[in-house]
Amino acid sequence: MIGARVAHRIEVRGTVQGVGFRPFVCRLGRGLGLDGCVRNDGGVVVVEAAGSIEAMRALAARLRTDAPAQARVADVRVSALNGSAPATGTGFRVVRSTRRRPAGTGAEVGLIPPDLGTCDRCLTELFDPGDRRYRYAFLNCTDCGPRATIVDALPYDRVRTTMRRFDMCAACAAEYADPADRRFHAEPIACPACGPRLAWHATDHGPAAGGHGADALAAAEALIRRGGVVALKGLGGYQLVCDATDEAAVARLRIRKHRPAKPFAVMVSGLGAARRLAHVSAAEAALLTSVARPIVLLAPRPERPTAGSVAPGVPRIGLFLPNTPLHHLLLADLARPLVVTSGNVSDEPIAIDDADARRRLAGLADGFLGHDRVIRSRYDDSVARVVAGRPSLVRRARGYSPEPIGLPVAAPEPLLAVGGQLKHTFTVARDGTAIVGPHTGDLEQQATMEAFEANLARLSRVVGVTPRVVAHDLHPGYLSTRYAAALPVRGRIGVQHHHAHVASCAAEHGVTGRYIGVAYDGLGLGDDGTLWGGEVLVADLVSYRRVARFGRAPLPGGAAAVRRPARMALGYLFGGEPLDERSRAAVLRAAAPFLGRLPEREVATVRRMVAQGVNCPVASSAGRLFDAVAALLGLRDDATYEGEAAVALEALAGGHPAAPELPWRLVTRDDLIVYDPTATLLALLEALRDGTDPGLLAAGFHATVAAVTVALCAEVAARERLRTVCLSGGVMQNQSLVETVVAGLSGAGLEPLVNERVPGNDGGISYGQAAVAAARIRMDARG
Amino acid sequence: LGHGSGGQLSAELLRDVVVPALGAAAAETVPEDAAVVAVDGLDLVISTDAFVVSPLFFPGGDIGVLAVHGTVNDVAMMGAVPLALTVAYVIEEGFPVADLRRVTASVGAAAAAAGVPVVTGDTKVVGRGAADGLFVTTTGLGRRLPGARVSAAFARPGDVVLLSGPIGAHGTTILSTREALGFEAEIVSDTRPLHRLVATMVAGAGPAIHVMRDPTRGGVASTLNEIAAAARVGIEIDEAAVTVPAPVAAACELLGLDPLHVANEGCLVAVVAPAAADALLALMRSTPEGRWAARLGSVVEEHPGRVVMHTLMGGRRVVDMLVGEQLPRIC
Ligand SMILES: [Fe+3]
Ligand SMILES: [Mg+2]
Ligand SMILES: [Zn+2]
Ligand SMILES: [Zn+2]
Repeated sequence: MIGARVAHRIEVRGTVQGVGFRPFVCRLGRGLGLDGCVRNDGGVVVVEAAGSIEAMRALAARLRTDAPAQARVADVRVSALNGSAPATGTGFRVVRSTRRRPAGTGAEVGLIPPDLGTCDRCLTELFDPGDRRYRYAFLNCTDCGPRATIVDALPYDRVRTTMRRFDMCAACAAEYADPADRRFHAEPIACPACGPRLAWHATDHGPAAGGHGADALAAAEALIRRGGVVALKGLGGYQLVCDATDEAAVARLRIRKHRPAKPFAVMVSGLGAARRLAHVSAAEAALLTSVARPIVLLAPRPERPTAGSVAPGVPRIGLFLPNTPLHHLLLADLARPLVVTSGNVSDEPIAIDDADARRRLAGLADGFLGHDRVIRSRYDDSVARVVAGRPSLVRRARGYSPEPIGLPVAAPEPLLAVGGQLKHTFTVARDGTAIVGPHTGDLEQQATMEAFEANLARLSRVVGVTPRVVAHDLHPGYLSTRYAAALPVRGRIGVQHHHAHVASCAAEHGVTGRYIGVAYDGLGLGDDGTLWGGEVLVADLVSYRRVARFGRAPLPGGAAAVRRPARMALGYLFGGEPLDERSRAAVLRAAAPFLGRLPEREVATVRRMVAQGVNCPVASSAGRLFDAVAALLGLRDDATYEGEAAVALEALAGGHPAAPELPWRLVTRDDLIVYDPTATLLALLEALRDGTDPGLLAAGFHATVAAVTVALCAEVAARERLRTVCLSGGVMQNQSLVETVVAGLSGAGLEPLVNERVPGNDGGISYGQAAVAAARIRMDARG
Repeated sequence: LGHGSGGQLSAELLRDVVVPALGAAAAETVPEDAAVVAVDGLDLVISTDAFVVSPLFFPGGDIGVLAVHGTVNDVAMMGAVPLALTVAYVIEEGFPVADLRRVTASVGAAAAAAGVPVVTGDTKVVGRGAADGLFVTTTGLGRRLPGARVSAAFARPGDVVLLSGPIGAHGTTILSTREALGFEAEIVSDTRPLHRLVATMVAGAGPAIHVMRDPTRGGVASTLNEIAAAARVGIEIDEAAVTVPAPVAAACELLGLDPLHVANEGCLVAVVAPAAADALLALMRSTPEGRWAARLGSVVEEHPGRVVMHTLMGGRRVVDMLVGEQLPRIC
């Protein structure tokens, strides 16, 4: 017996476009014997259906439970259908999208789906000589392919993507229209007959042969085999590619990119190839093969076959798997690991425009493997790793951004958080939804500023958020702060750098109450005018109180001391905060060999600068202490990229898992608990002088900072009756440190949390600012 | 008050505190170091400056020389020929008379060499602690040269930016001498009068010169940012065209200073019509003070208010004004 017939309108919100959701609903509706239709309406999926009560209940339930793997269903709202119900027996279909309101005025955030790595079924077709898409570099389906990088506007339909210019052939059109086909409403659907095609462009110093399609690919592969560098138009921007096993090729790329030491990411064909280069745990394997296909930081095997200059002296090597058919073809044909790095000069954002790429990368590449599918938005490769068993992002871009992240306290009005200065991201937020824009780089680069402005304009238009409030850092010199100051908005909210760091961690874990925040960082401006970076805060989303810090030291020459850790070491030696007068002279004596090996003039000048306070801003930084220790141990006097010395220190410590702690001491100053590093430095220098293995000392230093952190947290936890500890800041990228601290805090009965969905480094600052600003607006509104 | 280094904070102090109190007329115009006053059909230029340099004596000059050159140059930057100077001293009780003699001799010699007479002055002695040794205030009177009409607001997209000489010497010398940092033997201040260079430029192509500025406190970076803000244009410069004397560059490197932020007392920045740029560059190079003149960059429509430098590495770096002390932006 058939029950009564009902008609409903169902609105589905979340990441429900670009993930095969309409085809799924269509199949579901047909399977349940319903009549009706499904369409995209702005960023929402709207279902209008009629059928038995049981079938309609099943539909509403299975919209959640059976949704495609990449969908994130946030909300399913069922209401009675106004107007005429679909007639019995008319069937179920996908209908034309509608726009629910003019862009920018919407009360809801539209969600753009992130790009998806090639799925297994497409991969099978790619290498099946019988398939009509055999070796076609642009094949995709509703489960995979480009999304955020090609979207112009919502709702997500082919006409509002850069695929608009390609007219579907009859075969593709049939697949697109067939609800039973995997490519039913696959918006970027394409085949060799109708879709984008590869093109080869030589440079002055490269080979001239080439052309299109298979010839272009062959030309690129021949060049890579011969040790050349190819500029490859990837999914979210140009990449530079060369043979990772060819020392000369890698060295050439380093010279051309002005990148002497910063590690390159390596793309490998699959998990097996990854395991030849690095140790891969089950969690790491899952991350490598996840649909976002991030670069994953892994413990390298010493006997790996890649060139030494790919990733010199680092504790982790970045590996990733092919994320597009084009990358699969390259890796399969060349059968070797490839260096695949951002197509840019040093800190600039990656090139996406063909003409711009040709100009900017002309001196870097020997040839260009491009194509005629336009990249609308720039998404660099993401970087992730596994910390204490859980995936954690280091750089959030392709495959992750602009997927929304929740805000624990909803933003009552649309807001923009402009982020920091380096590793720049911005966040737009409204209600409970925050969208973190993709990583771009150092705002001091004009190209990064332009990328920031363009990304912000496009993203806020597409998702329909016009900011009325802007959140920014307290540093008046950050170009993001300047940008915020010039923005015509209702209100501006300054958020302290380290509060933003720990809030980013708290917010993504949904912590709304008070917690202990540990922010270990390079530098950020404190609320007292000095630079901070080794801070323990008692915080909630609205405010914070500083309760502990690292001892201070001057930065002789400001940024010059960051670029040269040896100078930072001089800062600690000559001008470290006088917390332990007796040991200070001893430290200087023990540092004699270090002082002796530096240029005499530099030592004398820096000593004088410190004494006179000339261009010597003072910082209580954990990151700078790691730098100084790396220099004192003779590892790095200069840093050619951010964090180089600290990374070298972590690598050196790697071989000594059970190194004993060095001495350390906590003192109280102005009601703050202060870690005084003097005793640690003294012990380290004396042991070094006495011939102790520097690796053991590096490991001992890590153990010391971990022990200090656990002790600080335990004391604050007892005093404040708190259990939750949010660990954030750039120094938390130090994996052995953070894992030791997490274990120590857990052992002490506390509940440590680390950043997972946004980076703990400055890439997460904008999200933290947004979380704080939303909570503050809410509090102000309540009075 | 942390507003001394001539960057963003000085600009804010001027904008928020000083100018509003002096009436709406002053507030509406672009701040310049000198003003034009029309008297009986003559365009007179007047400028005043208080000098509080420490140390009073430094390689390449002293506070007296600086007081003359500073005001001569401020008058000259309006496209004017300086005619007369006044000098006022505020002297702290106990200041050595010998030093006062030395400074005064410098004032006389510098004025004579510049060909600008000191026509009147004033001397006040204040109690110990009420001043730091010696303050010198000079006022300059000049007459605008025919054909000269310059203002920071006149920079237009397409214009060419010229720089008359090497940068960074003055500020580095003062800092090194004051703090005894050990570079005093190798570097000297670039202090010199620029009015003859200006006269040569105006005589050759006066109407083509849209802006003239001497990049003193805050350095070339601040001057260019002021021009970009006043004219609502973007400015792009070439790192390769920025000359920094080797010993100055070495000192800046050790001290962590960006030469673009360091004060100069002997060079000027000119923004000129593109058609006249080559001719003006040649004219500048024909003078002793402009013989190292270079084409620094150009004015663009893009990124209004922002100064961008094409670096030797091939990047484009935003060149910002200094915000108070140099607080690193690196995390
Ligand atoms: Fe930070
Ligand atoms: Mg002046
Ligand atoms: Zn697929
Ligand atoms: Zn086709």
